[in-house]
Amino acid sequence: MSNDARVVVEARGVSKVFGASGSGQVEALRGIDLSITGGEFVSLIGPSGCGKSTLLRLVGDLLSPTRGELQVNGKNPHQARLDHDYGMVFQRATLLDWRTVRKNVELPLEILDSAPAERQERANRMLELVQLGEFAEHYPWQLSGGMQQRVAIARALTFRPALLLMDEPFGALDEMTRELMQQEVLRIWRETDTTVIFVTHSIPEAVFLSSRVVVMSPRPGRIADIIEVDLSYPRDEDTREADAYYAKITEVREALRRQEASA
Amino acid sequence: MNDPGATRDVEIHEDHESDVLTAFEGDVPSGTRTPSALAHRLRHVGPAVAAFFIIVALWEAVTRLFDIESFILPKPSEIVVKFFSDASIIWAAGLNTLYEALGGLVIGTVLGVLVALATVRWVRVREGLMPFAIAANSVPIIALAPITNAMFGLTSPVSKMAVVAVVVFFPVMINTARGLIEVDVRELELMRSYAASPRTVMRQVRVPHALPYFFSALKVSSALSLIAAIVAEYFGGPQDVLGQYILNRAFQLLFPEAWAAILVASILGIGFYVTILIAERLVMPWHVAFRSADDA
Repeated sequence: MSNDARVVVEARGVSKVFGASGSGQVEALRGIDLSITGGEFVSLIGPSGCGKSTLLRLVGDLLSPTRGELQVNGKNPHQARLDHDYGMVFQRATLLDWRTVRKNVELPLEILDSAPAERQERANRMLELVQLGEFAEHYPWQLSGGMQQRVAIARALTFRPALLLMDEPFGALDEMTRELMQQEVLRIWRETDTTVIFVTHSIPEAVFLSSRVVVMSPRPGRIADIIEVDLSYPRDEDTREADAYYAKITEVREALRRQEASA
Repeated sequence: MNDPGATRDVEIHEDHESDVLTAFEGDVPSGTRTPSALAHRLRHVGPAVAAFFIIVALWEAVTRLFDIESFILPKPSEIVVKFFSDASIIWAAGLNTLYEALGGLVIGTVLGVLVALATVRWVRVREGLMPFAIAANSVPIIALAPITNAMFGLTSPVSKMAVVAVVVFFPVMINTARGLIEVDVRELELMRSYAASPRTVMRQVRVPHALPYFFSALKVSSALSLIAAIVAEYFGGPQDVLGQYILNRAFQLLFPEAWAAILVASILGIGFYVTILIAERLVMPWHVAFRSADDA
């Protein structure tokens, strides 16, 4: 996680309004200013309806902003998507049922038209990285939820995207699996040198993972606070019991409460 | 077999989330066959086989006991005798009928799939066509038989194939279109994030997703194709087909013969169905429906 000063995501006055003009409009995001540099791990946290997923989707060009300017790697998000700058992981693993684990991991490379030999080699390497090498020939349904999510992460990273976008990826997992997955993601992040934007509504999760936590507030979605998490990496089980960790959790919680009270 | 109403509403999916999460136990890959698998399967079909013989035995007993006339209900034993003694003529008729049914099934299926693909590619085609297709699917299309007989010539097998093709077309088209269109939005977003072309999305996501729907429709259609062919034959044409054979024997009050022909039609129908079932397993071994057999 070499923190090069390169700006990967730059948002200026980004707003998003859903619905046609008139009374049916919902303002999901208003005036978002955010700058993320290479190698950062940034979490977006906030109550439902605060637009955290919307912001992630805007960055990933699954939605387009109504107003404001958004740049990814110095390009507009659309171009960045065409250049394969993103890996995405959703709450559900969304693996293709009809492909083996290996074939699922190879999918993005197949779409990028890379040579079969290279595809296989990359897929093997990624599966080793998420520690699922021996399950390469299994079908997704033969894996547990946590393992499926690890396959999804491997798939998102096979083509070495500059930016990993994760939308509540561990939301459907039990607490134990979730904590293991958090460690795993941190390890992968450090080994692959990617920038991560991570949407969650778990405060401990955001604090444990992130170098910065973006606290958002709803109606309309805004950035209420940005909290630096200055706990040193690598973080592990000891981190979870450290006073500094608890202090940060409290800080984020109070930030969330503050904007709740003012709303 | 459990294939309820694939024509009208397609159930499938969305519920395997929970068993997916529990399906994995330790390092043992499910899908490994154990010696007990065969025994398990036998135990599975056992009740059905027993029920079959009990029903046939009851049938025989009732027809004998109450001395039921063979024009009402012939004895199974009589039917079996005719089934073997007239085998060559009935099977020859059966093959001719099969030819019509199969020809119509292929034509109807190919057209159904092509139109389904078009509904995905062009939204206008979908919006213009689907309401009519769904309406047509609820209409007894078999009523067209006398008309296609006139259209394509009473003696030509093409006239029968035409009815079969029309009957088969709608369920295949509607179900396949549904499978191609009703794809998980998240899978589409995923493909979008890779900047995949519409063609790639079609090949990698939509077509595999539509396969179960397609096969459900095909199973329904295989039965429909034989029904349509035989009913079309009732309206006239060459004599060496099942429909005419059944009709003639019934007119001559030769009911065991007629029933023997019905038995042949049933065997053909089941053969059709089983063939499609096997094709289904070969084409999509990954599908939900085939998972539990070895795990149970």
